[in-house]
Amino acid sequence: MQAFSDLLERLILTPSRNGKIALLAGYFRSQPSPARGWGLAVLTGELDIPGVKAGTIRKLAEDRVDPELFRLSYDYVGDLAETVSLIWPGQRGANRVPPIEDVVETLLGATRAQGERLVAGWLDMLEPKGRWALIKMVTGGLRIGVSARLTKLALAEMGGVEPGEIEEIWHGLEPPYESLFDWLDGTADKPAPDIAAPFRPVMLAHPLVTKDKRDTPDAIDPAMIDPDVFAAEWKYDGIRVQAVSENGTRRIYTRTGDDISHTFPDVLAGMDFEAAIDGELLIGAPNGEVAPFNELQQRLNRKTVTKKQMETRPAFIRAYDILVEGEEDLRPLPFRERRQRLEAFVDRVGSDRVDLSPLVPVTTLEALEDHRNAPPAPEIEGLMLKRWDSVYEAGRPTGPWWKWKRDPFLVDAVLLYAQRGHGRRSSFYSDFTFGVWRDGEEGLELTPVGKAYFGFTDEELKLLDKFVRENTIDRFGPVRAVTATEDHGLVLEVAFEGLNRSPRHKSGLAMRFPRINRIRWDKPAAEADRIETLQTLLPPDPIANP
Amino acid sequence: MIRPDLLLKPTPKGLYCPPGDFYIDPVRGAVDRAVVTHGHADHARAGHEHVLATPETLAIMAARYGEGFAGSTQALEYGEAVEINGVTVWFSPAGHVLGSAQAVVEWKGLRMVCTGDYKRRRDPTCRAFEPVADTHVFISEATFGLPVFKHPDTDGEIAKLLDSVRMFPERTHLVGVYALGKAQRVIKLLREAGYHETLYIHGALEKLCQLYEDHGVALGPLESATLETSERGAQERFRGKIILGPPSAFHDKWGRRFPDPLPCFASGWMGVRQRAKQSGVELPLIISDHADWDELTDTVREVDPEELWITHGREDALVRWAELEGRKARPLRLVGYEEDNFE
Repeated sequence: MQAFSDLLERLILTPSRNGKIALLAGYFRSQPSPARGWGLAVLTGELDIPGVKAGTIRKLAEDRVDPELFRLSYDYVGDLAETVSLIWPGQRGANRVPPIEDVVETLLGATRAQGERLVAGWLDMLEPKGRWALIKMVTGGLRIGVSARLTKLALAEMGGVEPGEIEEIWHGLEPPYESLFDWLDGTADKPAPDIAAPFRPVMLAHPLVTKDKRDTPDAIDPAMIDPDVFAAEWKYDGIRVQAVSENGTRRIYTRTGDDISHTFPDVLAGMDFEAAIDGELLIGAPNGEVAPFNELQQRLNRKTVTKKQMETRPAFIRAYDILVEGEEDLRPLPFRERRQRLEAFVDRVGSDRVDLSPLVPVTTLEALEDHRNAPPAPEIEGLMLKRWDSVYEAGRPTGPWWKWKRDPFLVDAVLLYAQRGHGRRSSFYSDFTFGVWRDGEEGLELTPVGKAYFGFTDEELKLLDKFVRENTIDRFGPVRAVTATEDHGLVLEVAFEGLNRSPRHKSGLAMRFPRINRIRWDKPAAEADRIETLQTLLPPDPIANP
Repeated sequence: MIRPDLLLKPTPKGLYCPPGDFYIDPVRGAVDRAVVTHGHADHARAGHEHVLATPETLAIMAARYGEGFAGSTQALEYGEAVEINGVTVWFSPAGHVLGSAQAVVEWKGLRMVCTGDYKRRRDPTCRAFEPVADTHVFISEATFGLPVFKHPDTDGEIAKLLDSVRMFPERTHLVGVYALGKAQRVIKLLREAGYHETLYIHGALEKLCQLYEDHGVALGPLESATLETSERGAQERFRGKIILGPPSAFHDKWGRRFPDPLPCFASGWMGVRQRAKQSGVELPLIISDHADWDELTDTVREVDPEELWITHGREDALVRWAELEGRKARPLRLVGYEEDNFE
């Protein structure tokens, strides 16, 4: 545990990406197997310790510290693992730090009750830093600014191999990854992916930001979008999946390689082919169109799926690329050829669970711009632009593919409440609830319409935090209410992707993906928007229009 | 006995004594008569008509604000008493920084003690905290008034810094310290730990380090960390050295001129990792001039007052603790003391 908790602490305090990669590579080089393998499993979120969850840890702490004092501390610190590690009444003079492999292997074989006792015993033994690492480890969700991707880059650096090679075999490996480290150490051959229908690392697109929107080095002059060079497709609002069917095994992966096959048996049943295809998982509406994302959300993250759900919310894949057909790897082919192969493939397979993502004719830039901002259906978020000559490569290369989203909706709302943030923003008021005007019983009043916790820069966050502290009128636990009247209040320009009806919210609507677009220090609160402005954006009411 | 809030009561300008007609550490605007517990800027403000403080605190205020910082001043040694309009006032050491004092206020048999800021651990640069017996009302600060704040052993934190200097001899260690108290304590502790090389200090620290020296606190060889920018490669001489300065200076151009800087920060807040991360600190040093949770609660038990008043900091948790202990407690909710920064 010592080396691993030192690593976590240094990772969280090291701001630079290269610095983090160097620390990780150093850890993988210096630690023996299986310790480093369990460390890797924790860092990539692959370790699932059943039975010991965040709630367990909280309960253990509250058995030892007054719950009210615990709550006040947690509100202040903003991170459960950190709060517990600091507040835990330590047993001075503990003489042993358990090695990481002991901790993991013992916990994996323990019952829930045993797990609780074991963790409590180790927390007694460790210092705050070790406690913090232990809690992060057993509850998952490190939030230390290290992604699975970054960790794999460090593995590649350690072994002197291409990151793509790691991604390629990753999903066939299991913790503690001894075969992987043997290969990276140079003492064994590259492990062969031994699972059937493996995941292929996906190709991702950068958002296209035009120079007139933001003049930064990564912004693009739209004039470079040559219709002869680029193909355009609709960007649907579903989830990106890879459907693989090989030698009798069928799997559906998310774009990060998580296997979600069990959630979609209806789609799986329609995958009567030998291929790996890339597409958008969507739900069909009764009228033959695509259902709103909300419907898809009802089917995600479930362990089992009922027959009724499959009937009312039938899922299908809108295919936009083909990576493997039969034995043939199509990824080195240009998109133009892959597209021809895909069209023929979808036609031949004739599955009611797979259709073809249509191409949008590219004529002029103006036409594309119109398509992007007025897509034919609300479930389309904008356009995807793909170079006809692009090969399918893992990662997010700059240039071959762009996503060009519809401009967001904007509303001017008034800040109502603020809550302290978590993680790196703990102690800053960084979660903001905002409202718009409506006619209430006693005249004009503000009704909350959403909550946003990003979109602003660190500098703006400091100013927002200052505004909250200086204009607090009431406190409810970690939440502060701020002055919000017609004469005095802070107007936030909020950007969002769409609106849904929501009986759970007082205003009757829920925003999708709201974020603070701009702080309108200049705008009087009285001039913020009214609820009617938002109501015109709502989809038809299913009750009013049965 | 008389009601305590007849003797001291919270007001928007700070803690006020009606019979004595004076404020303790007034926070807003100038007042006729101020009793100042220590020299930190949020407690010791310039512009009052009359200031009563320890000689060291008056010297610190003069060094920071200039000689004319108040209409008139009166120096009071620890343990000496004065009478102000029939109210007796005396000082007991608080162990926070040089000259820091608890203000003891007595009237009609009632004794109230206002701690100002204080700590209980050893500090070679100032007199240790001395609890006052028979205190009826103890008015305690609560900067670190949450049970998550348990400052580790200070010598261990100094060792962490020296280990890092040994491990990364190519980097410049920039240590963020508050100019009054923390700077001199960290320097003195480094000397005690056997580090006798020249330490480089930011201009904002110079006057106060000199003042400590004048008061008999030997700090060893100090030099200005100012760079002659015209001289090419001049910054190379700081490689592997320790530079101390206010944390704010390290984030601007001043800090970036040093070769491969490693930002450190000596503060009680560094106990919370996310805090350290937010401040861009790579080596957090948990060294505080305030009492941590255990020191706060142990001190209340030791002083054992009839009533506990709690001011500036995280008041709610200490009130809750007092409730669990069966003690009478009251949060003062005074505003104007820096919530987080002056540490």
